[in-house]
Amino acid sequence: MAAIQQPITDIAPSRLAPRRSTMSRNDRLWRYFTVALLLFMGTIMIAPFLWLVSSSLKGQVQIFQYPPDLIPNPVHFENYSNALTYKPFGLYLRNTLVIAGLNVIAVVFTSSFVAYGFARMRFPGRDFWFGVVIATLFLPYAIMIVPQFIMFSRLGWVDTFLPLVVPPFFGGGAFNIFLVRQFFRTIPEELADAARIDGCSEFGVYWRIMMPLARPALITVAIFTFLSSWNDLLGPIIYLRSPNNFTVAAGLASFRSVQDVSWDLQLAASTAMIVPVILLFFFAQRYFIKGIVMTGLKG
Amino acid sequence: MATRVQTQPAPAQSGWKWWTNLSLARRRTILGYIFIMPFILGVLFWVVIPVLVNLYLTFHSWNLMSAPRFVGLQNLETLFKDPILPQSLKATFLYTILSVPLGLLFGFFLANLINTNIRGISIFRTIFYMPSIVPAVANALLWAWMFNTEFGLINAVIRGLGGAKIAWLQDPNLAVPAFVILSLWGSGGSMIIFLAGLQGIPDVYYEAAEIDGAGRWAKMRHITMPMISPVFFFNLVIGFINSFQVFVIGYLVTDGGPQNSTLFLVLYIYRSAFQSLKMGYAAALSWLLFAILLILSVLIFRYLGKRVYYENPGE
Repeated sequence: MAAIQQPITDIAPSRLAPRRSTMSRNDRLWRYFTVALLLFMGTIMIAPFLWLVSSSLKGQVQIFQYPPDLIPNPVHFENYSNALTYKPFGLYLRNTLVIAGLNVIAVVFTSSFVAYGFARMRFPGRDFWFGVVIATLFLPYAIMIVPQFIMFSRLGWVDTFLPLVVPPFFGGGAFNIFLVRQFFRTIPEELADAARIDGCSEFGVYWRIMMPLARPALITVAIFTFLSSWNDLLGPIIYLRSPNNFTVAAGLASFRSVQDVSWDLQLAASTAMIVPVILLFFFAQRYFIKGIVMTGLKG
Repeated sequence: MATRVQTQPAPAQSGWKWWTNLSLARRRTILGYIFIMPFILGVLFWVVIPVLVNLYLTFHSWNLMSAPRFVGLQNLETLFKDPILPQSLKATFLYTILSVPLGLLFGFFLANLINTNIRGISIFRTIFYMPSIVPAVANALLWAWMFNTEFGLINAVIRGLGGAKIAWLQDPNLAVPAFVILSLWGSGGSMIIFLAGLQGIPDVYYEAAEIDGAGRWAKMRHITMPMISPVFFFNLVIGFINSFQVFVIGYLVTDGGPQNSTLFLVLYIYRSAFQSLKMGYAAALSWLLFAILLILSVLIFRYLGKRVYYENPGE
């Protein structure tokens, strides 16, 4: 599993493909075939991105043209400024960052707190409650939509950020508890024992020993939490009513429901929503891969 | 033990006396529950209470404006009479049945493709993975444009190759297949899990098989497939639960149409609750969704779970 801790680009290829020096004619043909397939699939997979960026830079005339040009001419950079001012995306961005920021804080602190209890404490009922964690992992969120809405409307929380911000403070989600617990279990118990002998309480062990050591796992959890808040549509469209409270996702979706033909602006706004995610991916690649794989394997 | 009690400043204060008088096991239990308390409260607030509320709603008719009215089993009876529900179920099942197996195969295919030591392979890995992190809303708008009948890229390619343009999102028979194509583009997550699985297979197995004269297909069939089967199983369960709750594309790209062909179950619940304001019926639909997912999960675990090969059972 060590390979997985490295960036996606650094994973050492296994020896499925023989080294060049020992290659037979058959192997070489296979290799050409692989390269051809890679290029073919690569073209298909990247085409929607190129098409998106290209369309987002076209003018109203060029975008509705058949056969389509791949290169925008002239290049309409102003599509971006028009799209982002057509609706108050600055405000939406601020709203999204407030919600996502609070979600990240909630998840990082409470999921690790709970995970410490499951990873390092021994008490009756622990395994039962961990079973509950695993069970909620499989619980479809969709069945909670209606009753949670009723609850939050009774509390008077509709059209505030509270329904999106408060729930993660209670455990931070089974997925994250599980991920951090798995990481905590890889940290040697002796470190905690040493601290306890020096008079450190359990809370001190959690806060001063485990939290700093678990940083890679916590960063992974933070990134995935941020992404899911950034991407979430269902929560905002259910709970946020006034346009001033919209998130970027809800704002972009409302763009669509206007049902106008301003494809150039819609696509420019979409591109603008994708770019931060891609940047985050490039800066934090190894945490992405780690998160996917840690939750995927070694259950 | 004695050292610990001495080093704690607490016993000096009378307020802590009850704590230090407790047995070690007691203290551990109390501490343990303090640590997991946020989760327990979370389950209570966001799972147990909502389930009870849902149960209450199921037997009531409520439009949020007037007071809820007890209607007995009427909402459950409506499930069998509702002419739209079969269309919604058909859309959901069709999407799941197509997108999950195809997604698994495609993810596995891509993982094998990038499990090579060709120079520049990291670029391909990034290109294959990136679509899976595109935000759902942006993804929906992008693909609505890709599938646009007149000006979309897909039809441009088809027409360029001499075909006729296809009304992907206007034809009730083609809208779900179009969404399946969309979902395949985002197979990067399962690809990475497959890749990690492939790289976890010890090289010695392949080397031993080569010495025995095994070809490429034999190695795939008798080493890779059994060794990777737990990963297949995991991706199947995750993919199935996710695809059954598909919402954003149906909501944004086609708005449930044409002719309800993409009115996925979660979208139908959303509409029943927040557009038709039939809270009771939406609650009944939620139970239906839960029951279907539960039954199918049990079937998957029973019939496929035991066919999975685990190298070290019980580890």
